[in-house]
Amino acid sequence: MDKKELGEFIKSTDQDLEIKEGIQFVEVTVPPSKLHSLAKKLRETEQTQFDFLVCISGVDYGQDLGTVYHLRSTKFNHMVVLKTRTSDREHPLLDSISDIWNTADFLEREVYDLLGIKFANHPDLRRLFLDNSWGFPLRKDYVDDINIVTK
Amino acid sequence: MEEQVKNITTDEQQEYVINMGPQHPSTHGVLRLVLSLKGETVKSVQPHIGYIHRGIEKMCESITYPQIIHLTDRMDYLSAHINNEAVCLNVEKALQVEIPDRIKVIRTIMSELTRIQSHQLWWASFGMDLGGLTCFFYGLRDREKILDIFEETCGGRMLVSYNCPGGVMYDIHPNFQQRVKDFIKYFRKILPEYDQLLTGNVIFHERSKGIGKLSLEDAISYGVTGPSGRASGFSCDVRKHEPYSAYDKVQFKEILFTEGDTYFRYVARIQEMWESMNIIEQLIDNIPEGPYAVKMKPVIKLPEGEYYQRVETARGELGVYIISDGNKNPYRVKFRSPNFVNLSVLNHISKGFKIADLVAIGGSLDLVIPDIDR
Repeated sequence: MDKKELGEFIKSTDQDLEIKEGIQFVEVTVPPSKLHSLAKKLRETEQTQFDFLVCISGVDYGQDLGTVYHLRSTKFNHMVVLKTRTSDREHPLLDSISDIWNTADFLEREVYDLLGIKFANHPDLRRLFLDNSWGFPLRKDYVDDINIVTK
Repeated sequence: MEEQVKNITTDEQQEYVINMGPQHPSTHGVLRLVLSLKGETVKSVQPHIGYIHRGIEKMCESITYPQIIHLTDRMDYLSAHINNEAVCLNVEKALQVEIPDRIKVIRTIMSELTRIQSHQLWWASFGMDLGGLTCFFYGLRDREKILDIFEETCGGRMLVSYNCPGGVMYDIHPNFQQRVKDFIKYFRKILPEYDQLLTGNVIFHERSKGIGKLSLEDAISYGVTGPSGRASGFSCDVRKHEPYSAYDKVQFKEILFTEGDTYFRYVARIQEMWESMNIIEQLIDNIPEGPYAVKMKPVIKLPEGEYYQRVETARGELGVYIISDGNKNPYRVKFRSPNFVNLSVLNHISKGFKIADLVAIGGSLDLVIPDIDR
């Protein structure tokens, strides 16, 4: 499927989704509550078969925290981008998709480590690179006077 | 006394936890593995990483795009040139700059040379991990010839920083074509020696065949790319599926196997070296004339938006995801590094094997630790 068909197909499964045809990929914005069910649907539906989770990127949008999922189908070779965000900066919580793709286990731990977004139902959510005494360095309001040179 | 010994050997409930690394020769860097053992059999492997976490993604947010390439060099230092290419291609795509053919061909040749030298070093250290010390000398001897070619053209040997947005830093050296041709001629004679030394060795077969099997479904679900994924039958070569630079102009085979064990991950890399030489031979005599770099604006600002570019490094698929807010610094840069994802499968495929097999499996995944930590 090309970008347009893919966008229309995903739209037909759920009318509430916000779908944008980006420069490269179809970009779908999902509310956190629907993330897990949409991801599962995209993987299992015959026409889409997104079986390869390429990467999860945590992003600090200033007000909100969010994650971006790049999915690819190895059969059809098409890609889709899922985006979700939460406005709760104190206790951000999203659903884990590590039961759908095994690789999400490590990728979500990385997001948790660097941005502090927690994932519900993750099997082993621990910090990955840093220890517990650190803050969450990829947040825009992270301050480290000693190690980060700001201009 | 006898009774004591008997007690120790028959107590099957005991699980023994030991620490492997961070300073261990077979982890190829500062990777710490916590192993749960039953006797000598591995029950689980928990990687503890972050010993050389430098926060490259955070650093990228405060520097300009031409400066980023000097950091990507230091991620996967064996695929330095290819990492740079990923950032440059992404920036060029965002600015919609048309790149002349000469630059594309030079980049492709350099990428393939990088791939060969990376696989040579992998072969050298993999052989050494399994007790074949001669491999190390053979591999490094031949790798030196490529590094000399790099030095002549780029000035650097490993961290070349040769790419820049819009082209390459300098034109190729007048000797470049001749030296590459000499090297290909030499290495075509030498590569069969690698096979004689290790590939056909009975001890090596015993240590690698059937060890650390990874099925196709698991390879896709864990996202294992590169030669490690292709040995399991996962067709994931970005050069084939989404050709960048001059890869659409050359003929080459995507190396695919279905077995997915340590031995076939090894064979996949040896075969890739042959294919890389094929690619270079098709291009080296036909480098088109033209400028070696497009003139870019002194301050590069990407239009607001999100850009994703993937390339095939020597270890798998590297993705560069840039979010720009229109400034000279990126708002957010994310590197999807192949080694980080490949490491996550280690626990899955090494369960039930011996510690010595874990060394073989880790070697066959070809992990580079700075790329995991970033």
